[in-house]
Amino acid sequence: MKRDWVILVCGAAAIGALGWSGDNYFIRLLTILCMYATLAQSWNFIGGFAGYPSFATAAFFGLGAYTSGVLQNQGLPILMCWGLAGLCAAVFAVLIGGAILHLRGHYFAIATLIIAEMLREIVNTTPNLTGGGMGLNLPILRISVDVQSRVFLLAMLVLAVVTTAAAILLQRSRLGFGLRCIQQNESAASILGVNAYQYKTAAFGMSAVFVGMAGAIYASWVNYIEPPDVFDILIAVKPLVMVLLGGIGTIFGPIIGAMVLLALEELVWRNFLTVHAAALGVIIILLVLFLPNGLFSLLKDLSAKRAKQ
Amino acid sequence: MIYFQILANGLMLGALYACIAVGFSLVWGVLNVINILHGTFIVLGSYIAFFAFRFAGIHPFVSVFIAGFVLFLMGYAIQSAMINRVIAAPVLITLTLTFGIDLVLNNAMLVAFSADYRKINLPSPLPSFEVASIFLPGDRVAAMGLALLLTILLYFLLRATNVGRAIIAVRMDREAAALMGVDVKRVNAITFGIGALMAGATGALISVIYPISPLNSSAFLGKAFVVCVLGGLGSVPGALVGGLMLGVLESFGGFWFGPEHAVTLSFGLLLILLFARPGGLLGKRGYE
Repeated sequence: MKRDWVILVCGAAAIGALGWSGDNYFIRLLTILCMYATLAQSWNFIGGFAGYPSFATAAFFGLGAYTSGVLQNQGLPILMCWGLAGLCAAVFAVLIGGAILHLRGHYFAIATLIIAEMLREIVNTTPNLTGGGMGLNLPILRISVDVQSRVFLLAMLVLAVVTTAAAILLQRSRLGFGLRCIQQNESAASILGVNAYQYKTAAFGMSAVFVGMAGAIYASWVNYIEPPDVFDILIAVKPLVMVLLGGIGTIFGPIIGAMVLLALEELVWRNFLTVHAAALGVIIILLVLFLPNGLFSLLKDLSAKRAKQ
Repeated sequence: MIYFQILANGLMLGALYACIAVGFSLVWGVLNVINILHGTFIVLGSYIAFFAFRFAGIHPFVSVFIAGFVLFLMGYAIQSAMINRVIAAPVLITLTLTFGIDLVLNNAMLVAFSADYRKINLPSPLPSFEVASIFLPGDRVAAMGLALLLTILLYFLLRATNVGRAIIAVRMDREAAALMGVDVKRVNAITFGIGALMAGATGALISVIYPISPLNSSAFLGKAFVVCVLGGLGSVPGALVGGLMLGVLESFGGFWFGPEHAVTLSFGLLLILLFARPGGLLGKRGYE
C-alpha cells in the first residue's frame, strides 16, 4: 500500500513537471490522459471491484458537464460549479442506482446504456435551460491561452490523483473487500452479512462523482458542449476498454490502460482520420479475443514460459 | 375519431418494432449476447434494398429476401469467427466485442455510403385508402403485413423444423443439448445468422418508409432494447406483443406530450419496467 502511494506521488509529479515545460499540444494530451485515467479509475469502482457491467459513465459525464455549464452561465464561481457537478452526478447515481442495482448482468448493462440516452433526450428537449441541440456556450476565462491550458491540466491532474487515491483507500477498506465479495458471488456475500445493496450503491455513487467533475472540467476546458458530444456512448465504452487493457480490478491498471489507449488513438487520429472509429473497433476486437486479461497477462505468460525453460 | 387513427398508426409502427426486435431478442435469449450490431445490420439491410432498387430496379419488398440472405451469411460468419470464441465469457466481454465489431462495420458504411440521408422514392406507390375514416397509407400497411408475416414465419421455423428445435434446445439448456448430440457452436452461428437475417429483412422493409443513414443504427438498437424488456426475452410472441405495445404507446405519447418526447417516454417506461418487472410483462422472472 505504501508502494502505491509512492508510485502515485511520483507519477503525478512527473506529469506535472512534463506539463509545465511542454508545449500546448503536449499539455492537451496530458490533460486528456488525466481525464481518461479518471474515467477508467471511476468505472473500475463499479465494473472492476463490484463486477457490474456499467455503461453509465457517459451519463455521469454529460450530467456533470451540463450541470456545471448551466450553473456557470448563472454566474456561479467555476470551482463551486465543478464541485456541484460532482455532487449532482453522485446524487443522481445513488437515486438511479436504487432503482437498477437489483438487476444483474444483461439487464443492468442495458439499463445503464439507456440512462445516457434518456438524459441526452431530456437535454435535447429543454432548449431554454440547456440550449438543446444547439449546444451550450460556457463563459471564457479571461487569462492567456498558455496559462489556461496549464490550469486545466492541473485541475484534471488533481482529479485523477484524488480518484486514484480513492481507489487505493478503497482496495484495503471494508467497502472494497465487500465489493470484491459481491463480484465473486453476490448471494454468498449477502449471506455472510455484506449489505450488498448499500455497498453497490456506494460503489455506483463513487463511480459517478469524479466522472461528473471530469465532465465539468472538460466543459470549461472546451468552452462549448452539445448533447452528442458529452453523452457519447464512446465515453462509456472507452473507460472499460482501458480497464480491460490494463487489468481489471487493479489500482494502476486503469491508468496504464488509459496511456496505451490514448497513444493508440493519437497515432490513428493523426494518420487515418476517417476510419478512427473502425480502428478503435479493431483494437477492441483484438483485445477481447486475444488479451481478455489485459496487457499484463502477456508479460505473465512470457515469464511463466521462461520459468519452465 | 382521432384516437382510432392514432391507434392504427401505432399498430403499423408497432409491427415494424416487433420485426426490429425479434432477431435481437432471439440472439439475447439463446446466446445470452447483447448484440450491439443489430442496429447496424438493419441499416445494412436498408442499403441493400436501396442499391438493389437504384441499380436493378428491384422493389424493396423483393429485396427483403436478398437482404435477409446476405445478412444471414454475414451473421453466421461473425458468430463462428469471433463471438463463438468468447461465448461463455461474462456479458461485459461479449457486449464489448459486438460493440467493437459495430464500430468497424458502421465506420465502413460511413466511408462507403457517406452519412447522407437517402430515400427510396417508389415510382408507383401503393394507393392509400380509408377504412371507417381511418387513413391508411398503402405502403405502410404492406410493410406492416410483411413484418407480421416474417415474425410468424420465424415462429414456425423455431417450432416446426429441426434447426428450430435445436435452437430452442440450446436456449433451454446448453449442456443438455450438447449431450443430446446438438452441435452447439453451429446452432449458435445459425441463431446469430437468423438474428441478422431478421434485421436485414426488416431494414429492407423500412427502407420504403424511413430515410436511410448509418447514423440511424443506434435508434433502432434502442427500440430493440425497449421492446425486449417490454415483452420479455427470447420469445417471438413476447417481441410481437412488446413491439405492438411500444408502437401504440409512442403513438399516443407523441399525440399527448408532443412527438419530441416520444423517445424519452419509451426509455422512461423501460427504466420503470426494469425496476418493477425485469423479466418483461410476459416473461418469467429470474431468467438470465
